[in-house]
Order: sequence, then C-alpha cells, then structure tokens
Amino acid sequence: MNAPASGNLIQSLDYAVIQQCMHCGMCLPTCPTYALTLRERSSPRGRIALIRGIADGRLEAGRAFAEEMYYCLGCLACQSACPAGVDYSTLFETARAEVERTGALRSAKRSAIRAFILRRLFVSKKRLLRLGRLLYLYQRSGAQFLVRKLGLVRLLPGSLRSLEPLTPVAQARSTQQLFEKGLAQGNPAQPRYRVGLLSGCVQDLVYSQINADTIEVLQENGCQVMLPPAQQCCGSLHGHNGELETARALARVNIDAFDPEHLDAVITNAGGCGSHMIHYDHLLEGDSRYAARAKVWSAKVKDISQFLVEIGFRAPRAGQPQRLTYHDSCHLRHGQKVWAAPRQVLAAIPGLELVELKEADWCCGSAGIYNITQPEAAMKLLDRKMENIRAAGVARVAVANPGCSIQLEYGGRRSGLTVEVVHPVSLLAAAYRAEREGV
Amino acid sequence: MMDAGHFEQLRGFLRPDQLLTSPEELSVYAYDGTAMLHQLPECVVLPENTRQVSNVLRWANEARVPVVARGSGTGLAGGSVPVPGSLVLCLVRLNKILEVDTRNLTLTAEPGVLTQQISDAAAAAGLFYPPDPGSIKISTIGGNVANNSGGLRGLKYGVTRDYVMALEVVLADGRILNTGTKCVKDVAGFTLKDLFIGSEGALGVITRIVLKLIPKPQAKRTLLALYDRMTDAAQTISAIIERQIIPCTLEFLDQTTIACVEGYAKIGLPTDPDAVLLIEVDGHPVQVEEQAAQLEELAAVHGARQVRRAADEAEALRLATARRSAFSALARLAPTVILEDVTVPRSELARMVAQVQEVAQRYQLRIGTFGHMGDGNLHPTFLTDERNEEEIARVEKAMREVFEYAVQLGGTITGEHGVGLAKKPFLVGALGPVALDVMRRVRKSFDPNGILNPGKIFD
Repeated sequence: MNAPASGNLIQSLDYAVIQQCMHCGMCLPTCPTYALTLRERSSPRGRIALIRGIADGRLEAGRAFAEEMYYCLGCLACQSACPAGVDYSTLFETARAEVERTGALRSAKRSAIRAFILRRLFVSKKRLLRLGRLLYLYQRSGAQFLVRKLGLVRLLPGSLRSLEPLTPVAQARSTQQLFEKGLAQGNPAQPRYRVGLLSGCVQDLVYSQINADTIEVLQENGCQVMLPPAQQCCGSLHGHNGELETARALARVNIDAFDPEHLDAVITNAGGCGSHMIHYDHLLEGDSRYAARAKVWSAKVKDISQFLVEIGFRAPRAGQPQRLTYHDSCHLRHGQKVWAAPRQVLAAIPGLELVELKEADWCCGSAGIYNITQPEAAMKLLDRKMENIRAAGVARVAVANPGCSIQLEYGGRRSGLTVEVVHPVSLLAAAYRAEREGV
Repeated sequence: MMDAGHFEQLRGFLRPDQLLTSPEELSVYAYDGTAMLHQLPECVVLPENTRQVSNVLRWANEARVPVVARGSGTGLAGGSVPVPGSLVLCLVRLNKILEVDTRNLTLTAEPGVLTQQISDAAAAAGLFYPPDPGSIKISTIGGNVANNSGGLRGLKYGVTRDYVMALEVVLADGRILNTGTKCVKDVAGFTLKDLFIGSEGALGVITRIVLKLIPKPQAKRTLLALYDRMTDAAQTISAIIERQIIPCTLEFLDQTTIACVEGYAKIGLPTDPDAVLLIEVDGHPVQVEEQAAQLEELAAVHGARQVRRAADEAEALRLATARRSAFSALARLAPTVILEDVTVPRSELARMVAQVQEVAQRYQLRIGTFGHMGDGNLHPTFLTDERNEEEIARVEKAMREVFEYAVQLGGTITGEHGVGLAKKPFLVGALGPVALDVMRRVRKSFDPNGILNPGKIFD
C-alpha cells in the first residue's frame, strides 16, 4: 500500500502484518503494561494502532511513539492471546528499529549506554567474560561490601543507583572452562544424538552451573554435547532494542560456529535466547548466503525441556522431597509456546510437588534490559510477582531464563521473602546425581 | 470542534492524566472492535467516579460537545467509535466491585469492571453470573448493560437484561438517576432501568450496576458433535428443541470457522467436518447425565459422524474458550472480517443458514458462519479486504439481502451486538416508522441537546 518512503522501516513493512490486527481487544487483559496504566496506548492493540498510524502516514514516529514502544515489555503475552495470529514480535522489533533510525529518543547518555551494552559488551563474549571476571573479583574481594557500606553507591546516577542491588553475583568459571576441565569427558561413547549448547551471555556469566547441569542431563540421556568456542551472544538483546543489523551479524557468527547441518539440535536453556534463535530464519531471510542455513538452524533450536520431552528423557529414580512453584519465562511460554515441557520435567522428579503459581505466565518485569530502562514499571511487576509467589507458600521457584532468575532473586531480597530460584534442569541434574549416589 | 478554551475548562475539574489530547493518544481511541470504522475524537476523558462523570456531562451539555461513552472498546457495531468532534468518556478506571451480597444474591459494580471479573467474583461466593459474551475476558460490564449483551448461555439463562436489578445513571444534563432496587418485585413507576439496558450510550452514562446472581449449577456436561453435512447439524438442533431439552449452550461452527479456531487454540479439534455443534447441559447431576445421554442419542440419530464428551472441566473450558475466539480467529483468513448478527425464530434456522450460503455464492464472497444456534442467533462473517472497494460493495449488497431475509422470517438484524453505526442503515426497515418515531421521542426527552452518542442507532 505504501511505497517505502525515505527508508521508514514501518512503511517498508508488509502491510498485511499490520492489517492482521482486527482490534478485537482480546490481547488487552493479558498485557502487563495495560494493567498498569489502563491507557489504550499502553496496550498491544493501541501500539499496533500507533504503528498503523505511521504506516498510513497519519502519525509521526516521534517521542511519544518512541516512549511507548520502549514502555512495552516485549513479553509477547499478547501473541499467545491473539486469536487472529498477529505477529506482534515483528511489529515491535520493527517499531523499535524505526525509533533508533529516526533517533527520536537520542541523547548523549542513552547513546553511550546503548553503544556500550549493545555494540561493545554483548557482541564479544570474551569482553563480557572479562567483565564478569572483574565483577567476580569485585564481589569476592569484599570491595562490593565496602562500596555499599561506605555509601559510594550514591555516586552513581539516580536510575542506576536504584538498580545496584540488582547486580547479580558473577561466577568464578565460565561454561567453557567447566567444559574443558571435565564436563566434556562425560560425553557418551555411542551417542544417540549430537547436540550443540548455546552457553549464553548472562547465563554464562552468572549461572554457568546451570549450563553444567544442562550438559550433564543431556549426557545422561545419551547426547554428545558440543560447546562451540566461537559462539557469541544470540543477539536477542539487539533484536529487541532496535539493532537488527547487529542481531543479523551475530546470527551469522553463531550459524558458522555451530554448523547446524551436522547437529540433531541446538539447545538453549534460556527462554529469551531460544525465542530469538528460532527466528534466525526470519531474521536472515533476505541474506542469500545464510537464508537456507538459517532455516536449518531455526528448525533445530530447542529449549532444553522441550528437547528432553521430545526424546523421551529418562525419569530419575531418586530425588528430594520438595515443594516448589514454576514461573513461565515470557519468551519461553509466549515466544516459543513451551509451557508444558518444563512442568513435565519437574513432574518427573520423585518427591517433587509442583504448586501452580497464580499468573505464572505474567511477566516478572525483567524483560531483557527493561528493568534497567524502565525501573519503575519493572518493580511494580516484580512486586506483583512476589506477592503471587508468597501466596503460593513455597520457598523455591523454578524458572528457565537467567533474566527472570536475577529479577526474582532480587525480588526475594526486596520483598524480604526467602525464596530460592532454580532452573528445572538443575533439579533434574540433582536428581540424577542423587540416584548415582544412592540417596 | 473543541478548542483550547474547552480543554482549559475541563482541566478545571480533571487531573492532567485524566484528559488526553495528543495525536498519539487520540489515534488509539479512534476504533472499537468493528471493522473499517475509524474516527478521531477531540479528546479522551478518563473519569474515576460518578461525580466526575456528572461534571463532564453537565459541561458537555452546556458546551454542546458530543460525548461517546466506552469501556474496553470491544463493540462490534461501532457503538463505541467516536463521532466527529466528540469527547470520548472512557470508563475503565471506574473498575471496582463494590459489593457481593450473598443474602440477597446480588453483586454491585462500577461500569469498568471486566465481565470476567464479575463472573469470577460471583463464583468465589459460590454463585453464578451467566451472561458470557465472546469478549468476556475484556468487555466491561457497563458496555454489556449498554448493549444488552448476550453470549453462549442465552438459550437457558437469557441475556444481560435478565440480570440487571438496578442502575445509577448520569443523565445528559449531569443529574444522577437511580433506577431499580435489590427487590425481586418492584413496580413503583415506569421501569426506567429497562430503557438504559441496550441504549448504546444514547440515553445516559451508566455509573453503577446492581446485578442478580443465581445459584451455581451443581453439574455440567459438555459435548462436541461432528457432522459431515450442515443440514444434519441443523436437524439435530430442531430435534433437541422439540424434545424440550434446554441446553445452556448450543453452539454451531461451520468448517471454515472450525479450521481457524483450531489454528489458534490447537486443542485437537478435527478440521474437516462440515459442521460442529458444541452443546453444554447443566443443572442437577442426575438430570444432566440423563440429558447428556439423550443429546448423544439425538446427535447420532441425526447423522453425527462422532459425538465426544469433554473428559473434565478443563477440557470443557478449553472448548468454550476456543468457541469464544471464533470471530477473531477468522481474521487468520482475511485482512478484514465483517461480523453479522442476524437472529431468527429457531424454527427458521435451517432456511436462514441456507440463504446465507446462497447469497455468499451469488455474490462470490467467502463467509464463515458460527453462532448461538439454540438462540437462533447467527454470526455470518464476511472474509474480505477493506482495500478492495469492488468486493466491499458486493459485501454490502449481500449483507442487505441477509438482513432483509431475516426480517422476512420474523427475525431481527441484530441479536446481541447492537445497532451503533454498522446496522443503522437497516434499522428502519426492520422496525418500521412508528417504532422509530417513538424511539426518537424517547431519546429527545432524555437528551434534548443531542450530545449522547449522536448519529448512532438512528438520526
């Protein structure tokens, strides 16, 4: 309908994607930001109407539009709720890319932060892990304790200061180190499957043990696990924050690193990463060299729980009595439609009682870097989540995404609720270990 | 047209966040759930109590500014789409359930409460609020009353009107009217509340609602009958009614609709039958079992390929939820879906269904039909593209024929969506000049300056 004018990304978008929304409103009650404001602009239907306004040339992609697109969590709950099958994810990513193209929110500070996070840190795992090492030393040496005690945190700018307590604890060893120093030897001699594992960024930095548990569980189920050393960030952070070109570059690097044609599956244990990686085909459809490989890749990306259920994983024979609840990572549930599998993994552990969480599929406020960019809304959502966890009356929450884990761990400290956050696969690994040790 | 002076006056009694005027804000209140309607308002006001609603209306009445009241904006006839030069009064912040009275079996709520929340609150008290429009999860109770919404349980339990006991309404001049009581019997004067039910925002703005609740049925059975021929499904329905069984739900979906619903809900519905009936019976456990067995037999006798019983409450809920998504799910097939709402006496259903198919064929249009067969309420849905002017012209001709035929059969142009803008051109044909004249005079007496949703329903 619209000739792509002046490189406007929204106007270049296939109009059918926009028109798919027939504004019935079924998405509204599932949208966390609409629940916070009760203003139509903060609802999926409202945001799509704004996008359509720009596509039709009735509205400018100005500051109000830009702010609204960044107020969206990108949790994709609307996509699960939408009977008409609107591809909100594409609309949302294109809208944010357009905001970046027009520079509607541009400021020196924002540009500097974005350049550091998106173009420097999360494009190089080496750099990221080096930072992790520094963070580890800072935390273990007692320096963090001193900085907090001496009130040096107050030297940070306001918005960051409030987030300092959110800083997760970095791990001593990266997944690659754990793998090379022992885990690799656990690969079965006659594997049933060959799989590659994405070790992730935050997962690697903060939860490398979850990666180790994932590897163990896969090996236990007859998988030969590869950990390609050349792998990089999956690019979801970039895709969701208007840096589609960087996201494409990272996708190509990962396809080369994993060589998906020779794997049975590409495994991820982070909901956010998987949700992005299954769309490499879409991301690279215009790339003549990579389009075909990206299709192979997308078909092979599996969340760990999903893969375990698909191959008929072995239920452990031992386990500890425990009660816990499960929080759905938005991008696992809404982005990948994987919600039954993690519950099935948990249910297979002897002695484990799963208490369903009220609003389990409602965003915790982490949402990539949302808790950094929109701390106020993120904290309201976190408080709502913690209240539901409190009501579930359990001391343990299982979740399959590192962003959620950091957010919920912080939520525990913030709300004074003693709650341990675990990955389902870690519980399964623990059960296999208990079995081996004859507990 | 409103000007800066108008906004200044409104700011005199509203907080800044209660008055929206930016192009972005206005553009997201320019539509409701109806296809192809788009009209920017001049401003949007988000009141938080009856007093503020009253102030806004008094002001608008004096300033002669048209007011369009709305809730979640899920209307299907354009009733909540702004009119030119209007102030949109969005009532979603009046969203408190004020009382659940278990001694009188009533619930009192503000208009912005979601229908689902009403239903949940009733259930939490062990009670039942039956009206369940397709949009139950997001529609507001105020919108339901203003449109006299129906739903899937109309056959046995009636519609919203049957549950409204009392209303608080702000009149066009800002005065606050209370009509009705919690009393089961009340004939003190005219039953004014009945005028506001289904008034589509043209007689006043509802600010508080007292609803009747009923005891929760003890048992429920849900059946799914699959047919290779649509006529067999229609005959099953006639047989059920003749046998004097009143299911609480008796829904019909054609093949096009089933395929779309399954595409969304992925609950394992077969997508090849020509027609599917979703039947629910509720009541005393013994009676429910007996009726379920009778229904199974009737379906089988009338040629059902297969009859399935929902295994448990969860499966029953999945089926009902899938059915509620039918309208939106049809949007998978075409960019524009135009939903109709004709209703005929149940004895005429088979003829109406056949006519819809014939008209679609003659005008070469694609339609998906589903609906509340037990109520005689059909939703033929035209699958089209608003950018194709030639096709839209054919859709309009086809729609007119469908309406005219429904009226000929003793039916009506709208069973539960209302008139709004979409059915306005057909109203006089359906009602005749006398009825329309009386309605005009009623409207004039409530709203002499014509500020309440002007241009809607009729001129």
